[in-house]
Amino acid sequence: MSSYLFIILGAVLVNNVVFVRILGLCPFMGVSKKLETATGMGAATTFVLTMACGASFIIDRWLLIPNQLEYLRTLSFIVTIAAIVQLTELVIQKTSPLLHQVLGIYLPLITTNCAVLGIPLLNVSLRHNFLESLLFGFGSAMGFTLALVLFGGIRERLEAADVPVHFRGTAIAMITAGLMSLAFMGFAGLDKYK
Amino acid sequence: MLEALLVMALGAVVLGAALGYAAVRFRVEGDPLVEKIDAILPQTQCGQCGFPGCKPYATAIAKGEAEINQCPPGGEEGIHKLADLLGREFKPLSAEHGIEKPKSVAVIDEQACIGCTLCIQACPVDAIVGAAKQMHTIVAKQCTGCELCLPPCPVDCISMQPIGESVESWKWKYPVFKINPTQREAA
Amino acid sequence: MTALQRLFKFNGGVKPAYNKEASTGLPIAVAPTPTLLVIPLHQSIGGPPRPLVKAGERVLKGQRIGDADGNVSSAVHASTSGTVVAVEMRLMPHTSGLSAMCVVIEPDGRNEWIPRQPFDFRSASPAASRDFLRDAGVVGLGGAVFPSHLKLNAGKQGKLDVLVLNGAECEPFITCDDVLMRERPEEIIKGAVIMREMLSAGEVLIGIEDNKPAAIAAMEIAARAANRVAGANVYKVGSVPTRYPAGGAKQLIRVLTGIEVPHGERSTDYGVQCFNVGTAYAIHEAIELGQPLISRIVTVAGNVGQARNYEVLFGTPMKDLVALCAPLPDSDRLIMGGPMMGFRMPGDDVPVVKATNCVLVGSTALFPPPPPEMPCIRCGECAKACPADLQPFEMYWFSRAKIFGKAQEYNLFDCIECGCCAYVCPSRIPLVDYYRFAKSEIWAREVEKEAADVARDRYEFRLLREEREKQEKAAKLAAKTAAGREKAAAALAEAAKPAATPEEDAKKALIAAALERARTEKARVHPENTADLTPEQQAEVTAIEARRAEIREMAKPHLRPDD
Repeated sequence: MSSYLFIILGAVLVNNVVFVRILGLCPFMGVSKKLETATGMGAATTFVLTMACGASFIIDRWLLIPNQLEYLRTLSFIVTIAAIVQLTELVIQKTSPLLHQVLGIYLPLITTNCAVLGIPLLNVSLRHNFLESLLFGFGSAMGFTLALVLFGGIRERLEAADVPVHFRGTAIAMITAGLMSLAFMGFAGLDKYK
Repeated sequence: MLEALLVMALGAVVLGAALGYAAVRFRVEGDPLVEKIDAILPQTQCGQCGFPGCKPYATAIAKGEAEINQCPPGGEEGIHKLADLLGREFKPLSAEHGIEKPKSVAVIDEQACIGCTLCIQACPVDAIVGAAKQMHTIVAKQCTGCELCLPPCPVDCISMQPIGESVESWKWKYPVFKINPTQREAA
Repeated sequence: MTALQRLFKFNGGVKPAYNKEASTGLPIAVAPTPTLLVIPLHQSIGGPPRPLVKAGERVLKGQRIGDADGNVSSAVHASTSGTVVAVEMRLMPHTSGLSAMCVVIEPDGRNEWIPRQPFDFRSASPAASRDFLRDAGVVGLGGAVFPSHLKLNAGKQGKLDVLVLNGAECEPFITCDDVLMRERPEEIIKGAVIMREMLSAGEVLIGIEDNKPAAIAAMEIAARAANRVAGANVYKVGSVPTRYPAGGAKQLIRVLTGIEVPHGERSTDYGVQCFNVGTAYAIHEAIELGQPLISRIVTVAGNVGQARNYEVLFGTPMKDLVALCAPLPDSDRLIMGGPMMGFRMPGDDVPVVKATNCVLVGSTALFPPPPPEMPCIRCGECAKACPADLQPFEMYWFSRAKIFGKAQEYNLFDCIECGCCAYVCPSRIPLVDYYRFAKSEIWAREVEKEAADVARDRYEFRLLREEREKQEKAAKLAAKTAAGREKAAAALAEAAKPAATPEEDAKKALIAAALERARTEKARVHPENTADLTPEQQAEVTAIEARRAEIREMAKPHLRPDD
């Protein structure tokens, strides 16, 4: 039981997908200007990533491995993820058109979010079972959301701050992200209490 | 090889079917976004954006057919709000659509008015009162300052007058950081 | 007996130097009538009153010169008898330095009153009593000048539990309420009796800061007398701890009753209403003596030889008033109100108005210029000092960056602009200036939004109307055609064409004739330089024309908007 907890905690904090694995930086920088959109993007990614982990596990275990088609892994994962993203987009467009408009190009871009492809592939190489895959996907997505929401909150305040002219915009955002990354690396110390 | 093709084809068919179903199930009726954009626009109905009114412009923005910087009466403020709403980058007002002017109202020089009713037909908010061969006048409270009544007037008796500040509409100024207040005041 | 036993507390607040003794030494004096009175028409919250007099007209003391515009407004009266010299724009006692409509009266020195009759509010309906007070120009004299008749409405329940009289007067230098309570406590209590009856209030709590023992003693005697008449202990004097801003309405209500009025709600809904003691006095004068509000007690203090309280007619120029107190030579500014919440006047000839509780004479020595603003260090002192329990540093952060939505999320509009935060700020940030800036920007935006909504409605109605007119026209035309068909049954082919009536035909013929004329005219005029050309010239012209066409063709794709 506790191993499941460790999978989630590890994915959220110790191996945070953004700050430690440095994956999915495109939406991290792009959609974190406002707390509201950051939360929306986090929720959408969480949904997509969890679904993608489940679907990719099924495809890998019962379609690719029995047919010795492991070389199609990346390709078929991408197709699956793309379909799930499309589905999510349709649902969001229906339920929250404003969020849809605000997420804009970043919503279809979840498809190319390397975190969304990276986590299912990691699942395979870590030999996770179905439940572990789902939890790992969910945990990583929560880590992504956490990073996005924290960063979104900081950027909202930064907008009102007196940033030196040359550091305004993306520059100060990069510096902030770097400092947050350093802070998150501190969670590596949690390992000792395993 | 054949197996690979079959697997991919199977996947494509299954996913395609799922997406097709979702497209029907979650069809979006209308566009509530247009209302939100329309609420930001100043409703002068002046047409400077190149669209016949604020609503059509809002629709065009929502569809991505128009830029957010085509509304001179809305000014920088309006562009900022649109950029915020839509998550787009702020752009300065595009010069081809006009420049931001101080808020004004149209005033008819009543001595020169010939009572042709052309301006009445041009006013998008029905703010001009008058009848054929009678003097016209503008209800200042309802005038949006769109300037649409200026071109049709055959005797050029309509002019735009900026609205001055009154004690009621006066705004507190942004506190200015004075390096040395005594010197500044003495100067 | 009349003292209030249990008191509560409000959070925050500061204890600035009070400087009140200078102006309480002498009794209230009546300021002499100046040579010219400038009475602004707009002296209260709400719509500006409409002028009722014209230049050249003679007015009597207490004659209405401005009529309340709608219910949220208050009338204005002539302060003395005389001749109206002008109704024109004059400099207002307002920070902006802008002018507004004023009635300028030259007093005749006779002080001739209009016929004054007491108003029998007991037999009149509550609405009639409120209208009477509106026309008597009674507004809140604590500084906010909110029309009192609007507050004398008991709200949903039809009765109040507590009527609070505000005699706290927490702002430094100001003593006008203090001396009024010392010298005229009976009249204040009489006003309170009227208000209590109009509001069907249970008890009346009079809150006075404990640094005014003389006022507390005087009010207690008057309250005891009123209690004897009422036969019950309903008028109570509460000596509240001296701490700025104990005189804020919400703060005083909280101290006296323990009720904290929440954000966005009115104290009436909690059974409490708060009035200034000066307002109670004005209500007594209006109802029992029939005198409209034409004067008030004003403290003149600060950089003067002898600070004192004067009973001043509205419209008296401030410089005339200040001259009575021998201002010191280094005086360089006039402040209306106290040092915490007061406004600097744009000149010294602005008139005393209903909102003027104090004219503070300032100098660089008395109020040195603030040291330069330093960055906010987020020490949180301002949050500790805020009597409205807000987070001033957050409101400042977003007001400064002009992110008004966020500032509003931190409840900017619950800020009472008391200045406690700026007073304690170690970085000397003029916080209140930022809040005032943000508030007025937000208000301006709201006004704009309302105007836009009206314009949208009118535009949509116009579209609707145009559509309807089009349909009506079409229907009319169809009816006409049908009628024509009946009339000219023989000419069936004719009737098939819409609008083939004889007058239409005549119109068409006229248009055709005009078009024909235009065509011949056009044909007659030839470009002269193309006549009598040699073959070479002709060839050249053709070549140029071809090139032009080519260029036009090339330019076309670039003209498309999507490029």
